[in-house]
Amino acid sequence: MGENTLLSVEDLVVKYFLRTSTCEAVNGVSFTIEKGERVGLVGETGAGKTTTALSILDLVPNPPGRIVSGKIILNGEDIRTKSIADVRKIRGNDVAMNFQDPMTSLNPVMTVGDQIMEVVRLHNDIGKFEAMDKAKEMLELVGIPGERYLEYPHQFSGGMKQRVLIAMALACNPKLLIADEPTSALDVTIQAQVLDLINGLRERLGMSLLLITHDLGVVAETCDRVMIMYAGSIVESGTIRAVYKNIKHPYTKGLFGSIPRLDIESDRLEPIKGMMPDPSNLPEGCAFCERCPNAVEACKTQRPKLEDIGDGHLVACFNPLKEEA
Amino acid sequence: MENNNYMLSVKNLKKYFNTPGGKLHAVDDVTFDIPKGTTLGVVGESGCGKSTLGRTILHLHPKTSGQIIFNGRDISDVSKAELHELRKEMQIIFQDPFSSIDPRMSVKQLIAEPLKIYKLCNSKEEIEQKVRETMDTVGLASRLADSYAHELDGGRRQRIGIGRAIILNPSFIVCDEPVSALDVSIQAQVLNLMMDLQEQRNLTYIFITHNLSVVKHISNDIMVMYLGTAVEKADSKELFKHQYHPYTKALISAIPRVDIDNKSDRILIKGEITSPIEPPNACRFAPRCEYATERCHNEFPQLEEVEPGHFVACHRVRELNNL
Repeated sequence: MGENTLLSVEDLVVKYFLRTSTCEAVNGVSFTIEKGERVGLVGETGAGKTTTALSILDLVPNPPGRIVSGKIILNGEDIRTKSIADVRKIRGNDVAMNFQDPMTSLNPVMTVGDQIMEVVRLHNDIGKFEAMDKAKEMLELVGIPGERYLEYPHQFSGGMKQRVLIAMALACNPKLLIADEPTSALDVTIQAQVLDLINGLRERLGMSLLLITHDLGVVAETCDRVMIMYAGSIVESGTIRAVYKNIKHPYTKGLFGSIPRLDIESDRLEPIKGMMPDPSNLPEGCAFCERCPNAVEACKTQRPKLEDIGDGHLVACFNPLKEEA
Repeated sequence: MENNNYMLSVKNLKKYFNTPGGKLHAVDDVTFDIPKGTTLGVVGESGCGKSTLGRTILHLHPKTSGQIIFNGRDISDVSKAELHELRKEMQIIFQDPFSSIDPRMSVKQLIAEPLKIYKLCNSKEEIEQKVRETMDTVGLASRLADSYAHELDGGRRQRIGIGRAIILNPSFIVCDEPVSALDVSIQAQVLNLMMDLQEQRNLTYIFITHNLSVVKHISNDIMVMYLGTAVEKADSKELFKHQYHPYTKALISAIPRVDIDNKSDRILIKGEITSPIEPPNACRFAPRCEYATERCHNEFPQLEEVEPGHFVACHRVRELNNL
């Protein structure tokens, strides 16, 4: 582990134990995030993105979920060996999370100012008035006039609510911000405003960012590195340039083929056929095998491991795509 | 008199809702034509009136004023009985495949429902036959005929919605955000299906969405709406090459791009959408527009043709774009 590594997740396995079946949500995921780095985690609904993020904060709903094995090393210490009280200190203080839906993540009967203040006072030993000033300062930071401190969430629009959540997440100067689909519920022009804000603040405060999204365009514009997740495993990862310019995994190619492009004239999209396998009944071999045009015999029986193909570009595939001529 | 090549012509359509605060101008003076067999994409952000426009055309909301001409016939003021007949020709696909489908009906019943309402079949066998054909067309496996919606994923549910819309063989369909609730790979499958259906059946679509890349992909013409008014309208390729209205420019520049070598310079619009309740009779975008002048705040700009087939509603369009 390098000196600059902030977070390192090693071989994480998370399962949800249901009455009749066991849902394998995350299957052996490993990755690292450096200090100040921006990493995107991309995948479709049910790929295990949010579960991975929740594990970092030890927030997987238990029961039915449980981290079965793996290490989550933040600043050199394994979170899983810590007491609940210690983990609480990390949440919000070292690692903050921004949830997807700004409409339901705020408390409707508390003013936004009080909600930000709550976070500040939980982690810092400061008085009410000082916390209030801090809350106003945070609102100003995300571009909301401080005097709206006393307003309730319903008085804000969707984009403003997301800004309030960002203000709350950043109130304790976290080292890592996990943003779970921060802009999916917003319109494009508002999305642009919010992404700009996150990016600007990240630079000013020097924190790392783990951005969870299903939008490859958003990742291209905000991140340094990208990880593509499918059925609980990372199938491809690397720098934006390596992955976007030199796609190796057939699933990644399918994802790109599914997006209507603005820069290329095409008549038909090339979607991936079929659907993601049921996570409570994953095939023995590669989870993408059934939908994969490149599948070979080995894919049916063995699970491919992430391997480095140079330049930190990792691919988990027995028969990766060849360099395009 | 009316041009027979148009499937639908809408003239000065207005739809106002009464609210405690005054009249909400959801659709304000919108005019357009759609040639047969083509797709008009309607884009805009939440609250710009695009869904209301689609629904008003289908008489799902009574209009406030204006004219709707469908297939050469004025249907602005039709009786209930006439409307019932018309609905065979004009259908809608709804946004949310999770809430627009009755959870207590099986796939088979859902798709057969329109046939039963219009009493188009004489026997049960005929209905079953048609349902099977339609399921096949929209790509639903026949083993799913007795399933219920909760057993299916979003993509399949949306296929049920499409099946219900096409089983009566309509010539015109309003698609209200049909793919926005779906994952990208499923979204692509559904878009391909809709384009195939259009080709096979010469369907005319109004495709309402906030997703600009989708609309570019599927539409022949695109109309951009802002707060109830049409601000720009042009051929789809043309619009993505040249945008003349300041709002369209910002909207298109805000799309996150996958192409990492050609970054566009994002134009950020200040502030948020203003209130549609009793708006001033002026350019609706003026409060957020960096080029707005006195005139923009006092006079309503009409759509004018600045280049062949390219319509823009902006007072300063010629001066700002050197046209």
